[in-house]
Amino acid sequence: MTTVETVTGAAKTMVLNMGPQHPSTHGVLRILLELDGETVVKAVPDLGYLHTGIEKSCEDKTYSQVITLTDRMDYLNPLGNNLVYCLAVEKLLGLEVPKRAQYIRVMMVELQRISSHLVWLGTHAIDLGAMSVFLYCFREREEILNIFEMFAGQRMMTSYIRIGGVALDPPAGWRQAVDKFLRMMPSRVDEYETLLTQNPIWIGRTKGVGYISPEDAIALSMTGPTLRAAGVAYDNRKVFPYSSYGEFKFEVPTRTESDCYARYLVRVAEIRESLKIVRQAMERILDEGPIKAEAPGIIPPQREKMKTEMEALIYHFKIFTEGFSPKPGDAFVSVESPRGELGCFVASDGSPKPLRVHFRSPSFINLQALPKLIEGQLIADVVACIGTIDIVLGEVDR
Amino acid sequence: MTESSSQNANVVVECLRSWSQQAVAEVIEFRGETTVVVPRDLLRAVAERCRADAKLQFNLLTDATCVDRYPVEPRFELNYHLVSIPRRDKVRLQVQLSGQDPVVDSLVPVWPGANWLEREIFDLFGIRFSGHPDLRRILLPEDWEGYPLRRDYPVEGFRDVPSTGELFKKSSML
Repeated sequence: MTTVETVTGAAKTMVLNMGPQHPSTHGVLRILLELDGETVVKAVPDLGYLHTGIEKSCEDKTYSQVITLTDRMDYLNPLGNNLVYCLAVEKLLGLEVPKRAQYIRVMMVELQRISSHLVWLGTHAIDLGAMSVFLYCFREREEILNIFEMFAGQRMMTSYIRIGGVALDPPAGWRQAVDKFLRMMPSRVDEYETLLTQNPIWIGRTKGVGYISPEDAIALSMTGPTLRAAGVAYDNRKVFPYSSYGEFKFEVPTRTESDCYARYLVRVAEIRESLKIVRQAMERILDEGPIKAEAPGIIPPQREKMKTEMEALIYHFKIFTEGFSPKPGDAFVSVESPRGELGCFVASDGSPKPLRVHFRSPSFINLQALPKLIEGQLIADVVACIGTIDIVLGEVDR
Repeated sequence: MTESSSQNANVVVECLRSWSQQAVAEVIEFRGETTVVVPRDLLRAVAERCRADAKLQFNLLTDATCVDRYPVEPRFELNYHLVSIPRRDKVRLQVQLSGQDPVVDSLVPVWPGANWLEREIFDLFGIRFSGHPDLRRILLPEDWEGYPLRRDYPVEGFRDVPSTGELFKKSSML
């Protein structure tokens, strides 16, 4: 407890514990707030409540087994986590993924981005008191999860993207399902905007709240929509294209106000851009073609081949009993997750298990800037600021 | 892709070498990624150079992480992944540390974003960063013993957990 100088003289500050069980912290985040009246003087985040040692567990699994663990980090973006890990291992192996599989990956990851932004918008609006937006957002998210279920058999922890390609061929009727969604969605985004963009309460709660200068944002390693709302057009899909993103036409929405309202506008614009990418990817995916790279000993062989070819049977046995061993070396890949730059570092020592797997999780690093956003602001704005950074605690703590 | 990245690597390496001959101990090229191995004592100076030099402009520290190569010495490799947003370039700085004395200069004065990344490495690997403003455990409880991501820390069975029978005996003796 410290003494601060106020207009009426010296005053004592109060320390308030927020969380770890607080509805607006989106998981289990604890923040120690030092308050002068209703103004935050100092904020100290305390994390680790969801730490499960995923990086340590990865070292005890073969390369293919790790994929299921990555799903569970950022549970709003499991496909993106699968993708970044697979890209890192493919880089380590020097593996080329067929174009068709790359387009399927892009389509799935962009659908995932839309669903993640929808959860963000719904929960952020509910934090600030707009109940109905949440219900609308989850209605559309349901449609996306149904598409994932069609493709992977799972709605959330899909593990659909595998080393060297994707797990399964697109199912019958997928084009109609995705097309239906793409035709429905633009008008639904308009609906959310009618509810919020001109809403005086929404504007009052978000405009001018949680400002951070672009210089500070870069110095604090912030990425993603939070950085783009500060006017820096840094998007991994454009700057360091991966998985054929260079062939797609889309804009990187930016704003310069760098407040909670600007971050909202950037994310809504990103939903619209993602819809464009999904449409383009859908047109590029051919009906026939390979979905996995040609790499015996690394990619499991087709079921039919195992019954007729001895080599295929041997490879199948070897892959699932001992795994495969990439050459010793390090690989670092980053992709643009809905929250920012998601990186994966994989080091191999030539054995079938990775020596080290590390995830650069955007939530963890963006959360670091929270004290900067809220110090000097009102306590009610803390909720708005946590919301607009868009953290997923499963990814913060890993 | 490989060609352009090796050209970029030359820019970084040449720039650092022209500044100081000792700055670059080794350059590793693997799958189009450049790793510049830097002597431990020069890390902060090299990092400052990478950020401030007009030819390099590595303004974003994306990631910092550690690899434990136990029982090989020097066992720890610290990897700093730098991105230059204006130049659209990436590089990795690496520092090797021995197990006896795992101390290195903190990069918080260069990139404030290094704060939590270094705390995480301290927490899970036990590497100390001199000059760090707030070096505490971040993910694990403060009274945790040991550093879980070291290779000599087992995945399970770190502590002897008493069997249910023993616990029952203990409780019935009270």
